[in-house]
Amino acid sequence: MNKDNIIISIDHVSKWFGDKRVLDDISLNIKKGEFVTILGPSGCGKTTTLRIIAGFETPDEGSIYIDGELMNKVQPHKRPVNTVFQRYALFPHLNVFDNIAFGLKLQGVAKDEIEKRVMRVLKMVGMTDYEWRDVDSLSGGQQQRVAIARAIVNRPAVLLLDEPLSALDHKMRKDMQIELKQMHKQLGITFVYVTHDQEEALTLSDTVVVMNHGVIQQIGSPTDIYNEPVNCFVADFIGESNIFNAIMVEDRKVSFMDHEFECVDEGFGENVPVDVVVRPEDIYIMPKTDKGQFDGVVSSCIFKGVHYEIIVNTPDGYELMIQDYNPFEVGMEVSMIIKPTDIQVMKKERICNTFEGEMIDDTHVEILDCEFECLKQEGISAGDKVLVEVDFDKVELTDDKRDGTCEGDIRFILYKADHYQLSVRALNREYIYVDTQDVWEDRDIVGINIRPEDMRIKLKEAKSQA
Amino acid sequence: MKKFFARLYLGLILLLLYAPLIFIAVSSFTESKVLGNWTGFSTKLYSNLFTGGMQGSGLMNAVYNTLIIALIAAFVSTLLGTLAAIGIFHSRGRGKNMVMFLNNIPMVNPDVITGVSLFLLFVFLGISQGYVSVVLAHITFCTPYVVLNVLPKLHQMNSKTYEAALDLGATPGQALRKVLIPQLMPGMITGFILAFTMSLDDFAVTFFTRGTVGLETLSTFIYTDARKGGLTPELRPLMTIIFIVVFALLVVINIRQERAAKKKASLK
Repeated sequence: MNKDNIIISIDHVSKWFGDKRVLDDISLNIKKGEFVTILGPSGCGKTTTLRIIAGFETPDEGSIYIDGELMNKVQPHKRPVNTVFQRYALFPHLNVFDNIAFGLKLQGVAKDEIEKRVMRVLKMVGMTDYEWRDVDSLSGGQQQRVAIARAIVNRPAVLLLDEPLSALDHKMRKDMQIELKQMHKQLGITFVYVTHDQEEALTLSDTVVVMNHGVIQQIGSPTDIYNEPVNCFVADFIGESNIFNAIMVEDRKVSFMDHEFECVDEGFGENVPVDVVVRPEDIYIMPKTDKGQFDGVVSSCIFKGVHYEIIVNTPDGYELMIQDYNPFEVGMEVSMIIKPTDIQVMKKERICNTFEGEMIDDTHVEILDCEFECLKQEGISAGDKVLVEVDFDKVELTDDKRDGTCEGDIRFILYKADHYQLSVRALNREYIYVDTQDVWEDRDIVGINIRPEDMRIKLKEAKSQA
Repeated sequence: MKKFFARLYLGLILLLLYAPLIFIAVSSFTESKVLGNWTGFSTKLYSNLFTGGMQGSGLMNAVYNTLIIALIAAFVSTLLGTLAAIGIFHSRGRGKNMVMFLNNIPMVNPDVITGVSLFLLFVFLGISQGYVSVVLAHITFCTPYVVLNVLPKLHQMNSKTYEAALDLGATPGQALRKVLIPQLMPGMITGFILAFTMSLDDFAVTFFTRGTVGLETLSTFIYTDARKGGLTPELRPLMTIIFIVVFALLVVINIRQERAAKKKASLK
């Protein structure tokens, strides 16, 4: 990649808030003139990343460069970036003109020049004739425009936008998206946009950066991110998807839903557990015929404007979401086909839970900062550092946190055709992944139990003990 | 009928509360040396007060001291209190509650105790008793009131505006002056007025901290004057004027608060 073309370079940046690691080894290069969106659920670290670029936070590890210069210790007011804040953060004691002129006045720009530039940006954001208005008297959308004008009037090298449209209603948001896109073209400067709205990200960006748990999951163009998600999280977060636990039988052959399918992926090895994602519009559905790859029964069919959203149950107990232009009656027997190119195979991030812990005595082990009962282990004694493995479906959750050995809250729910995979965060902020048939709700507080016979305990390697 | 009694009761209470003030105000318009005797309407006491008839008695000097001390104390405590409020607002957890608790204690602490303890402190530190010690003492008990008036403004403010100022190229100092202070100004003004009136009517703290250099403020002057045998008649118009000024200031504070509340309500 041409180094001169990089405007922002984030190099192995980590950030802690107290003992919570909010950014975990983030590396990202942003090209000049690019529209980059950082996308992720709340608490994924996207806003912190933006604040590190703006200079409101400093990285605990790693470096940030803007235009080739190290910025770690440079104060926000000395950086060539301007920010559009989430709730606009307009100055209530100043009118529209003075809000926009704020930065120019500080730079000591001549008075008539200030007036010219303010009028020009006001025209650009469609707010001509509003310059003497009190900012409190403006609507949300108008305040948003002033906030954008206030930032771009300074001609920054990079414009940072922190969920700028989140407070607007749907229609307004759509209009502003188009305007932002035009503005980006017109100004030719780099936009770094933070949002939790995947549709917004796909619509606006040249490049999308998907984040979760303070880690960059995938960087790519909107089409790459949509068509070739690298893991379940990205697949589920971007658009609708059917996600399956699968086995890569051999190159170009993958097995899921108790069927073997042809696919185009190679190099995973033989009989390796993988995840498979199939987009709902990529499953071909037809009345029952022997030409289908597998059969099912329609359990619901909802009209969604352009297409129908059809839920199909297979005899083996899987549930699929399919989008088609034709309606199918509930109860109808149908057959389905999935083309090899529409099957996206993804490496599994993990095949079981692994916790670091310490033996308390022969039959108790401390993991997740809690004391769990375990079976007596040969060759492992009290005080030994151990690794404990637990299969996803062997973790039991309880409604009442007091019934659990350990407490946690559900942070992410992934539906995998015949079961849910939950990401549960324990009190010590470690994650436990749970496969379950039960329906739980996001943010539920749960108790966590693991039966002694379901724990596989191994000595941790001597190297890490020292 | 019930309403009538309620009104009567309220009227009686207000009358009791304001009777002494009205008594002073009325008797300021007569020439009688003895308080309580009405010898016909006259504004002579007022003209004595303003045309220098009081020179030599030290009264005007006391008034002058009082005003200077109140202005300095109110100004300094407004600065200190505002900075303290910003600090408290941005601190977290138990420390914050602790500081708020410590901030509130001087306001409920009896003046005599504040006065005596400040007196002992000044002696211990070797700070000269007089103007300096009185001003320092007044700043001490005025600052908490400013803190209490500025804090709500900080809560109402969009805290991101400070960051926005930095982002637009303001140094932290410029952001404070151009963005933070203007938004806190209403609270600071209310705090200033409160501090000013608190300082104006203080007796106990001044009495203990003024030392022996003969510094007189209005309250200590009146006290000394009353002990010498009877009040100087000219004090009556002076007290009337002070009462009216303080009353006007309080009305201003109330109107400001009412307006702020209305503005807030209309935005919702």
